[in-house]
Amino acid sequence: MPAGTLYRGREGMWSWVAHRVTGVLIFFFLFVHVLDTALVRVSPEDYDKVVHTYKTPIVSLLEYGLVAAILFHALNGLRIIAVDYWTQGPRYQKQMLWTVVGLWILLMLGAIYPVLGHAARVLWGN
Amino acid sequence: MSTDVSDAVELTGSSVAPYSPDNPAPVIEPPRARTKRTPRSSRTNFELYGWLFMRLSGVVLVVLVIGHLLIQLVLDGGVQKVGFAFVAGRWSSPFWQFWDLAMLWLAMLHGGNGLRTVINDYAEQANTRVWLKTLLFTAVAFTIALGSLVIFTFDPNIR
Repeated sequence: MPAGTLYRGREGMWSWVAHRVTGVLIFFFLFVHVLDTALVRVSPEDYDKVVHTYKTPIVSLLEYGLVAAILFHALNGLRIIAVDYWTQGPRYQKQMLWTVVGLWILLMLGAIYPVLGHAARVLWGN
Repeated sequence: MSTDVSDAVELTGSSVAPYSPDNPAPVIEPPRARTKRTPRSSRTNFELYGWLFMRLSGVVLVVLVIGHLLIQLVLDGGVQKVGFAFVAGRWSSPFWQFWDLAMLWLAMLHGGNGLRTVINDYAEQANTRVWLKTLLFTAVAFTIALGSLVIFTFDPNIR
């Protein structure tokens, strides 16, 4: 196997991949989310029954994943706009990506308690 | 293999027909240039407006969606408080109705255009592209119509 023939990408390529993957995931969630909300036009009982599943520990974990996808897509989207419109954007795209990743980690740490707190209490008591 | 010198392309030090303002080099058509044979349907600025829309809607969606996440998942007990009564309370205000309507339209169009780009990138056969984009367009139109209908016709006293 000759060395150095596999392109492993850099910050620019992997942020592009992550932006695409999170975007597709969010789109499919949005489709389901509009359908579940449409149940308010069927009956309060049916809506509450389906929303009840959103409060279980496993789905709470999925919600944490959804928040992760949305926050990355939002922050990296702002970085893309900066690369396009700010004259110094392309020069600082790597620094901006690491800023995005840093902010994302901080926000995800902050989201642990609000999003996963109830699940932890259900699973392990208060 | 022998080379016929008279057919060889001279790149430097040419004594035969050096290009000049009076003897210009032949024009090479850029691969994506619009010519008379370009179909009319591709002679619009659709892709430019699509690109611009992704940035404009993106900025607005950052505010709308992060606000939505804070309200639904973080503030006031997180997702545990969400139920029919909570939705009825929020949609009694035109402000939140408009918020959710704007979020629905912008997010579906932003996501739909994003998926259109993904289909164009990965579906290599023209037929596959047409079918996937037809399916995508149908799903987006259906979801926007259904969501708008639900917001506009919501009845808190349905029972």
